[in-house]
Amino acid sequence: MPLSPISSIPVARRIIKNRYRLIGSLCENCKSMFMPPRIICPNCRRKGRMKEYEFSGEGEIYSFTILNTAPEGFEYQKPYVVGIIKLREGVLFTSQIIGKVESIRIGKRVRAVFRKMSVSEDGFINYGLKFEVIDEGSS
Amino acid sequence: MRKIAIIGVGQTKFGEEWTKSLRDLAIEAGIKAIEDAKIEGKEIEALYIGNMSGIFTSQEHLAALAADMAGLNPIPSIRCEAACASGSVAFRNAYLSILSGQHDIVMAAGAEKMTDIVDAGALNALMSAGDQEWEGFVGLTFAGLYALIARRHMHEFGTTQEQLALVSVNNHKNALKNEYAQFRQEITVEDVLSSPIISDPLHLLDCSPITDGAAAIILASEEAIKRLKIENPIWVLGVGQASAPLALHDRKSLTRFDSTIIAARKAYSQAKISAKDIEYAEVHDCFSINEILAIEDLGFCEKGEGGKFVEKNGINEVVKVNSTGGLKAIGHPVGATGIRQLCDLTRILREKGKYGLAQNVGGSGSTCVVTILGSKDSIKG
Ligand SMILES: [Zn+2]
Repeated sequence: MPLSPISSIPVARRIIKNRYRLIGSLCENCKSMFMPPRIICPNCRRKGRMKEYEFSGEGEIYSFTILNTAPEGFEYQKPYVVGIIKLREGVLFTSQIIGKVESIRIGKRVRAVFRKMSVSEDGFINYGLKFEVIDEGSS
Repeated sequence: MRKIAIIGVGQTKFGEEWTKSLRDLAIEAGIKAIEDAKIEGKEIEALYIGNMSGIFTSQEHLAALAADMAGLNPIPSIRCEAACASGSVAFRNAYLSILSGQHDIVMAAGAEKMTDIVDAGALNALMSAGDQEWEGFVGLTFAGLYALIARRHMHEFGTTQEQLALVSVNNHKNALKNEYAQFRQEITVEDVLSSPIISDPLHLLDCSPITDGAAAIILASEEAIKRLKIENPIWVLGVGQASAPLALHDRKSLTRFDSTIIAARKAYSQAKISAKDIEYAEVHDCFSINEILAIEDLGFCEKGEGGKFVEKNGINEVVKVNSTGGLKAIGHPVGATGIRQLCDLTRILREKGKYGLAQNVGGSGSTCVVTILGSKDSIKG
């Protein structure tokens, strides 16, 4: 299958900084933070002053699902876990969660790690940040 | 404000209709609606057609194609796209075109041909209704998005998998008498819970199917209804539409759809009624969890009580929810669903009842249209 536009080289190149380093935006007017980044602050609109903001990459699991059916480029990872992470800064962000499936539950602490995200049939690789469950020993 | 009513409805059988093309389906529904309205067709002044995606068929520019094949040239024809809410967005725009005074008789239709593409292709096409740059990028599917919502609803309110399963069980039961439905067989809670897990906690039988189908409606102004001597029109009493963030992670809550809440508020206010007046509700059960969100967000029960409401049979006894089978059993040809819901409500209200409501959701709640229809009894006061 040919590359779909969502995993094409121009798209990957364009947002590489945000995907690799968790760079979102901060509105200096209302102090709201956004990940993924936004151009306009929805709270302040014209009064908003947006600048780049690098998130810590630490957070906890807010919700998650284990996928047994996968879109193109993800078949080889089945089953895999996608979750919504509540970042330490209070912002929700969607990514894959890695670690023992039985250790994954709402509230569990996670941190961002750089990983291969998908591989298309013709070999194009997308990289990005997945979230790894932090082993808290006996807890 | 002009009074506007539905004077004709038509739809195809919903299912895997391999012998019919997108144009065959759209034309069949349109002809049936024209026949049902007992008009000739040349009275129609504009066509609005809901259709989600050219990815399914490689055919875009459906508005021009539909007008041409229906022999409606040269009237203006407009395709509306709002993912799974495309049909009701087409309906709302057709309604507004009459309300504006520009037109008197307009067709609103919806069509989707989903089985010309192989399974993974349909999955990819559906995901184009989500945020592809961030949600699609990490491997989410549409079932995955609704699974994230379901897990959170279970966590916050104690909703159970059995309660989710009951939604599908009830919808399959309701579709037994629906001649257009894709699935006309009963299922049990055990069937749902033992069906393959698609995206945990959602099983295969929590998900609406891939479906081909089309539906069409003729809308007319009160003046045109009098002129044409139309009997038993079904009045459009209120229509609300609202938008919310495309991506789930940009919402304030995963367990409510603000788009539904706001669209419903607008529709109830225009119709001057409230949730307790609604007797029939066609809601958007693309996944079982979404029927639970809908009954909460539309005000049939409190937030978080949806699972218990289903368990206590409120969906039959308090308000008849998806009494014709819902998306789960009737099938979900995405662009056609919003129009199909209104066809069903019209057929019901011609026979019985006063007020019906349709809730049609686009994507994971990014668009919602709520429409309230009233029978002849509703305008007697
Ligand atoms: Zn701001």
